[in-house]
Amino acid sequence: MRSLLALLLLVPALSWAQSTVNVGSKRFTESYILGEILVATVQATGEARATHQQGLGNTAIVFAALRGGVIDVYAEYTGTIAFELLKKTSPATLEELNRELAPLGLAAGVRLGFNNTYALAMRDDRAAELNIAAISDLKRLPELKFGLSQEFLNRRDGWPALARAYGLNAAPRGLDHGLAYEAAASGRVDVIDVYSTDAKLDKFRLRVLADDRGFFPKYDAVLLYRLDLPKRFPRTWEALSRLEGRITAKDMVALNAQAEIAGVPFAEVARGFLAGGTVREGARPRESRRFVALLIGEDFWRLTAQHLLLVFASLALSIAGGVPLGIWAGRSPPAAGWILGSVGILQTIPSLALLAFLITLTGTIGTAPAIAALFLYALLPIVRSTASGLADIALPLRESAQALGLPSGARLRLIELPLAARSILAGVKTSAVINVGTATIAAFVGAGGYGERIVAGLAVNDNTVLLAGAVPAALMALTMQLGFDILDRWLIPAGLRHEEGAPA
Amino acid sequence: MITLEGVGKSYDGGVALAPVSLSFAARSTSVLIGPSGCGKSTLLRLIVGLVHPDSGEVRIGNETLRPDNMERLRHGIGYVIQDGGLFPHLTAGRNVTLLASYLKRSPGWIAERCAHLAELMRIPASLLSRFPRELSGGQRQRVSLMRALMLDPPVLLLDEPLGALDPVTRYELQEELKRVFEELAKTVVLVTHDMSEAAFFGARIVLLRAGRIVQAGSFDEFLHRPAERYVTDFIRAQRAAIVPAP
Repeated sequence: MRSLLALLLLVPALSWAQSTVNVGSKRFTESYILGEILVATVQATGEARATHQQGLGNTAIVFAALRGGVIDVYAEYTGTIAFELLKKTSPATLEELNRELAPLGLAAGVRLGFNNTYALAMRDDRAAELNIAAISDLKRLPELKFGLSQEFLNRRDGWPALARAYGLNAAPRGLDHGLAYEAAASGRVDVIDVYSTDAKLDKFRLRVLADDRGFFPKYDAVLLYRLDLPKRFPRTWEALSRLEGRITAKDMVALNAQAEIAGVPFAEVARGFLAGGTVREGARPRESRRFVALLIGEDFWRLTAQHLLLVFASLALSIAGGVPLGIWAGRSPPAAGWILGSVGILQTIPSLALLAFLITLTGTIGTAPAIAALFLYALLPIVRSTASGLADIALPLRESAQALGLPSGARLRLIELPLAARSILAGVKTSAVINVGTATIAAFVGAGGYGERIVAGLAVNDNTVLLAGAVPAALMALTMQLGFDILDRWLIPAGLRHEEGAPA
Repeated sequence: MITLEGVGKSYDGGVALAPVSLSFAARSTSVLIGPSGCGKSTLLRLIVGLVHPDSGEVRIGNETLRPDNMERLRHGIGYVIQDGGLFPHLTAGRNVTLLASYLKRSPGWIAERCAHLAELMRIPASLLSRFPRELSGGQRQRVSLMRALMLDPPVLLLDEPLGALDPVTRYELQEELKRVFEELAKTVVLVTHDMSEAAFFGARIVLLRAGRIVQAGSFDEFLHRPAERYVTDFIRAQRAAIVPAP
């Protein structure tokens, strides 16, 4: 009987799982675009619906999502799979990687056609003038000025090893990565280190020098997917397989530039690429028009609903947990010390660290760990306001309730909580308003909400996208404040209103 | 009705009440008097169990006050404090009926009892729907007394019930309280620092000083047979107030 019930409960879940391919992406432009390309490809076959868990916090989070089955596929780099995910110490072939991925129920395949690794770059016209195409050509010209990022300069497998491998004798200067492109474009330095598909390569007309001795490890873009994906959706998989070799490094640079520099939405960049195979130049509309279009874009209601769910679900939990804790703290001064201390410490945990911890704990990404994190952050104001609201009740009133002969539970319910209502509600309001803001971090773990736009805006350094997320979040916080002010009139007992300044 | 046997209480700062034995006969009115900090309020709070004695025991009727019977015994004690101690979030009427409805008395009984007490305390029914902050100090004390009397308890404890009132209201309410005490025949213990008030109410006056009983007896005895010099000093310090009203 019970197993039958379980089966009945499972049926809707299975049918959902069977008809949907969940695509993931990490929190940088290239990953977003590749994610959208995968989504569009899946949808084009019509075999399954596709969702995009976009902008997941980091490699560990997106990998956890893949292993947990929250997503089915995402674009990853062979080097990352080898060094970060499988913790190998030397590069490996795709076959070697797959031998280790198979026991995890995963596989890597479908080389998209480009390699995104460290590379050296020069201004295109200067390289042409000096006739430089590959790194080994640099040896001929020891007078060239190198401006390298601190990280690359200091990594053991960075500049020292590269100089040895190619016999280079330059004395490189340390240069902030953000400034390196401008410095190269203006001619203050000749050679900088870059990522080989960086959008700015296009903008600053830089040439990537060929790694002709194969020094840099390969970071070939491939699909990392669950082994059951090809079996569940053979036609979809066939379509995805046809992406093999379709995206060259030059294509990827152009696609990145379209999103990052021209501000074309990721989905549009992806559709444009799949439609033409070649990349067209995106024309960026006027900022104000673009902002309005982004603000009330097609994802607006989905993001709003997700944001509200995050805020109210976590708030409900915080009230359910925080008020009893506050009562405990308010009634027992020894307990108050450690209760307020621990919920206070929770506040100081950085949000990404807390999310990472909760993902490990719950074994999933998305709404659950996000709500758990928001719940923990919202506890302090509620616990503190409940405890202080109870502690601030005048002694004569407290004693009058006792002397009346009401038992402790009835005193709490009939006298003390109503008297503390104003304070408790103030705490709940604070938590609600803070939660609206904090809920934007949920986007790091794929729980959606307005944070999705903020995270995307940060990833591509696009303030308009960022504002399209930040503005509705701020408006929601204001609405929340207003709503609670109205709620005050309903929930604070009439006898307690407007009594500030009245004699106790 | 109320018996204290060797009941003492001290706080960190010192002795609030040296071990004292004292009893209050049923249907008598007693007044505890003394300067601030003499232990008179502590004594009253010991009787209603708001303060737990370090030594000795408190008996209400035949029962010793213990944590497990405290709530039940409190239902037999009406307790009124300065400025009433009314719950500000409840209307005056709800303050009066709170305990009775918690104890599931029938609505009919509650309404009848409430109306009776309103008449006794001269509170118009319309005032009962107001919140405490919308009442005058005198009205609050009347409502507080209604609350204390709701279950018709045999014992009534009043801790400076008139202390926060203006002289005219105070005079009025003194008259009325005396009438009510006589009418209801309760065991009344009233705390005050005002000797004229004590003389007005009390067949029996208990004078305390620094946690110790100085003298217990009638006002007449205080005047003519003071137990020690302090009794005379205390009365003399308040003599202006004890000139009889014309």
